[in-house]
Amino acid sequence: MALEIIESCTNCWACQPLCPSKAIYEAKPHFMIDAQKCTECAGDFEDPQCATICPIEGAILNEDGVPLNPPGSLTGIPLQKLAA
Amino acid sequence: MQLPVINNTASEASQGGCSAGSCGSTDDQMNHLPEHIRQKVFNHPCYSEEAHHYFARMHVAVAPACNIQCNYCNRKYDCANESRPGVVSELHHPVQAVKKVLAVAATIPQMTVLGIAGPGDPLANPERTFETFRMLSEQAPDIKLCVSTNGLSLPEQVEELSKYNIDHVTITINCVDPDVGAQIYPWIFWKNKRIKGREAAEILIAQQQKGLEMLVAKGILVKVNSVMIPGVNDKHLEEVSKIVKAKGAFLHNVMPLISEAEHGTFYGLTGQRGPTNEELQALQDACEGDMNMMRHCRQCRADAVGLLGEDRGSEFTMDKVEQMEINYPEAMKMRAEVHAAINEELESKRLAKESKVQLVSIQGVQKKEVTRPVLMAVATKGGGVINEHFGHAGEFLIYEASSEGVRFIGHRKTTPYCEGGDTCGDGESALDKTLKVLAGCEAVLCSKVGYEPWGPLEAAGIQPNGEHAMEPIEEAVLKVYEEMRVAGKLAVKVVEQQKVA
Ligand code: SF4
Ligand code: SF4
Ligand code: SF4
Repeated sequence: MALEIIESCTNCWACQPLCPSKAIYEAKPHFMIDAQKCTECAGDFEDPQCATICPIEGAILNEDGVPLNPPGSLTGIPLQKLAA
Repeated sequence: MQLPVINNTASEASQGGCSAGSCGSTDDQMNHLPEHIRQKVFNHPCYSEEAHHYFARMHVAVAPACNIQCNYCNRKYDCANESRPGVVSELHHPVQAVKKVLAVAATIPQMTVLGIAGPGDPLANPERTFETFRMLSEQAPDIKLCVSTNGLSLPEQVEELSKYNIDHVTITINCVDPDVGAQIYPWIFWKNKRIKGREAAEILIAQQQKGLEMLVAKGILVKVNSVMIPGVNDKHLEEVSKIVKAKGAFLHNVMPLISEAEHGTFYGLTGQRGPTNEELQALQDACEGDMNMMRHCRQCRADAVGLLGEDRGSEFTMDKVEQMEINYPEAMKMRAEVHAAINEELESKRLAKESKVQLVSIQGVQKKEVTRPVLMAVATKGGGVINEHFGHAGEFLIYEASSEGVRFIGHRKTTPYCEGGDTCGDGESALDKTLKVLAGCEAVLCSKVGYEPWGPLEAAGIQPNGEHAMEPIEEAVLKVYEEMRVAGKLAVKVVEQQKVA
């Protein structure tokens, strides 16, 4: 049970201080989640904190590799515009 | 006839061009402020039109995180509230940032203000922001600190803020109506949840207003920034201006939305346009009746260094700063001398202006000819004088001369027509751009104008003028205006003023 940060992360630091499990660490080329430590915030918060503040769609995936914030879900930019 | 440089007449306000107290430049508006506030902002380059020719400010990028989303911001880049989108800052840890600030302050003694404005929201990064402030308050007590914020976490930070050398906070307030806000902010991060839509806007607005009230109660200066988004909040901002003034903000700065498609923002990609120069000016005029407006904001970058409109950041990259040996206590003595000299000059200028006003108000009673207002563009490198070649100017300051005097309207950016000497490369299209940018102006004052742009400028109804090199801007503008009056070009409603496209 763990989330994953992928390369579209812009290293904005927003998630790191929020993690109740101290699972997020600064790394090159982008922030990483320690899969051993991540609890998906179970027991601490209703929503996984990192994915709740992350401004970049698609930067955080769940265990099945599905983005918690799919394209368009945060910015509201229509998908065809995103593709262009 | 001698024209006043300043207009302090609060009468004649309601009808016609400009309203009460609005015809002077920002500094003249400062005269209306209580003395303790005027003293505070006197040498702040972001607040005082006069001072920004002499003093410098810098920003450091220590705060990358943000807790909201604005539709004009692409979070892959710096905060669009304070910086131009698309320019990524060199992010600093607080210790590095302090080192950089000390290096700049020792090298550029005119640097008096350090701001933290991003690249995200400084108050969404409280540890990093406050650590920087704490160290600077200790090591460089002669530097003023300022911070800008979207306001969401402001109320909980006011207490901490008041501990440092902070004398002004900028809040970006784009609306007071959640229905308007819902069109500007898609989400906020609030109490461990992502909140969307109207509810998000409602919370953000409440926090901004509460933060504003708390800061004012603590005696901390508050400036309000608003981004003008045509069709979304343009009409609404007049109300915003009234409200923030009533609550004690001392300056309101309306900035135009920047929304190029290539910035990848919601507004950029959905075709939301920014305001024209004319629309911006009209709104600024409408709000100005209510409070002191700041018109010379250049939406500077979050890590910009130098005088407004100039960036010397490349001299202070972190690797260069690491090489520098800074003895700050020594530097502070030298800085104090430089500041004293500049303050003396500013003070004597102010006194000179005041005496002129008195003179004019006596003469003005007998004879007052109403002439139409004229916009003029000025090329300057700073220092309050006309000292830039037409072809080298990357921006023009716009002044309005009228029978009321001279007032600063704003600045307009362009691509320098001629990047220097003989290599004019792209000269043609750059000139076209400049002509467009100067639309509405009837003269352009610079230290020199080349032969080539002369014809096209005249053809566009913009009289090139290189006769006032090194003269103080406002005096030169008045002289040209007076020449136009004598030449009979200023009779009211004879000439239709050009419209900006
Ligand atoms: S889901 Fe929660 S525990 Fe896991 S990394 Fe994100 S914030 Fe930390
Ligand atoms: S919040 Fe998102 S973009 Fe920012 S550092 Fe974390 S994963 Fe990266
Ligand atoms: S507050 Fe600044 S960084 Fe945050 S979304 Fe708005 S413009 Fe971007």
